[in-house]
Amino acid sequence: MKTESKLEKLLEKGEFVVTSECGPPRGADADIIRKKGALLKDAVDAVNVTDNQTSVVRMSSISACIILKQMGMEPIMQMVTRDRNRIAIQSDILGAAALGVNNILCLSGDHQKFGDHSSGKNVYDIDSVQLIQTLKLMRDQGRFIGGDEIQGKPAMFIGAAANPFADPFEIRVPRLAKKINAGVQFIQTQCIYNLDRFEKWMEGIRGRGLHEKVHILAGVTPFKSIGMANYMKKMVPGMDVPDEMIERLKSVDKEKRAEEGIKICVETIERLKKIEGVRGIHIMAIEWEEKVHEIAEKAGLLPRPVV
Amino acid sequence: MIIGEGKPINEILEMILKHKKIIVAGCRGCVTVCSAGGQKEVEILSSTIRLAREKDKAPIEIFETTLERQCDTEYLEQMRNYIDEYEAVLSLACGAGVQFLAEMYKKIPLYPAINTNFIGVTEKQGIWSERCQSCGNCMLERTGGICPITRCSKSLLNGPCGGSSDGKCEIDSEIDCAWQIIYERLMELDLMERFEEVEDIKDWSTSRDGGPRRIEREDLKL
Repeated sequence: MKTESKLEKLLEKGEFVVTSECGPPRGADADIIRKKGALLKDAVDAVNVTDNQTSVVRMSSISACIILKQMGMEPIMQMVTRDRNRIAIQSDILGAAALGVNNILCLSGDHQKFGDHSSGKNVYDIDSVQLIQTLKLMRDQGRFIGGDEIQGKPAMFIGAAANPFADPFEIRVPRLAKKINAGVQFIQTQCIYNLDRFEKWMEGIRGRGLHEKVHILAGVTPFKSIGMANYMKKMVPGMDVPDEMIERLKSVDKEKRAEEGIKICVETIERLKKIEGVRGIHIMAIEWEEKVHEIAEKAGLLPRPVV
Repeated sequence: MIIGEGKPINEILEMILKHKKIIVAGCRGCVTVCSAGGQKEVEILSSTIRLAREKDKAPIEIFETTLERQCDTEYLEQMRNYIDEYEAVLSLACGAGVQFLAEMYKKIPLYPAINTNFIGVTEKQGIWSERCQSCGNCMLERTGGICPITRCSKSLLNGPCGGSSDGKCEIDSEIDCAWQIIYERLMELDLMERFEEVEDIKDWSTSRDGGPRRIEREDLKL
């Protein structure tokens, strides 16, 4: 145990964990975070706060994390390397740790081309793997990238993402191994729709014993509509939505499709729970936080344990 | 080489609107090879400007010249005899050439006729693409000869990211995923074990981030 993280404690205890996601608002209204937080509070162990996801400007991840923390929740601060250089990154890590944020998810971030400021410059002074390295260096060796000693080490539980559905598939296990080499402790995956491919990836992970070196949380996102499913399939890079999922949504009446989406999500979780090496579920209900509790309940994930 | 591309003609006409007597200066270096600023482009651009100005009943006198290089004082010096007879110079050189011209001739306004885009290659006739960002500390020996700084949209040194799909980059289906190519090369060269070694945080001080760069070589100085 290296940190005060509740998520780390639960995983170390061998609990099957549940996390979810909260996207900050495009404004300064803290109540929006509080409302989302209240919907998630009893349904999950920890909540990711996205960092200007899809390169659209939003309230900062760090501040939304603090708002959740004030509600007694366990935030996972997402941090992308797109917008900050090593000075700002390390500074924000210190600030977040000082305010009691115990978990971080290291990401490279979507390219700004997708967002509302596509004419901006990106930074990418370091990448997501190097961000993992940085966290480990700061926490375990008490040093900055520049070499100086840190007064008051930031004790963060270090996470990263993995996308078993991006190409080339053969590189996806080695890439996770690389993140483990850098010091990652937990992984949250991209939304899983193609379970066969996910199982094949997990086989590769187990084949190398990597599931014993890192806690893997499997990501799921319920479909609200056919439009959303099609959007995910065609527009979101590195997303694998099999046709039969869309066919299944089409097979029910329009007003029952959201319900069917929840059903698919619950069935997916049931299957994921049985896969050796999966240590928890990450429910990303995009702008649909009110359904997380229901999904967790139907999937037999409630009540959540108390630490 | 340095790849450039002519600016839109309306932008150029707007820049030189007030002038009646100018020099249009090309360069026989990189911009000739990429057909952006050589003698041929000087001729075409000058004719286009003359025609447009005649149409607007504001004729312009143009002296056409193409220097061996505009990034070398020796060749820029050749303009000294006549430059004072003109009101301005419209240069088709890369950004370096235009600036060096400005440094040498301080009293005459200078206008860039091309945009300088990148250091790249001629893929095939009419198609150029970027290969180098001149970071000043080459790492190609570790990435199978493919530069991730230049060719990965996020310059990831430990890619590929989760957006790589069918060998293409998430930002544009016309752009190859650099890490897909690196992976293929490392496989071919039987160097995949290298892939799992974390590429350390880069020292960008040799890049432009370290401030404008300069090289001095004692062995060559006069």
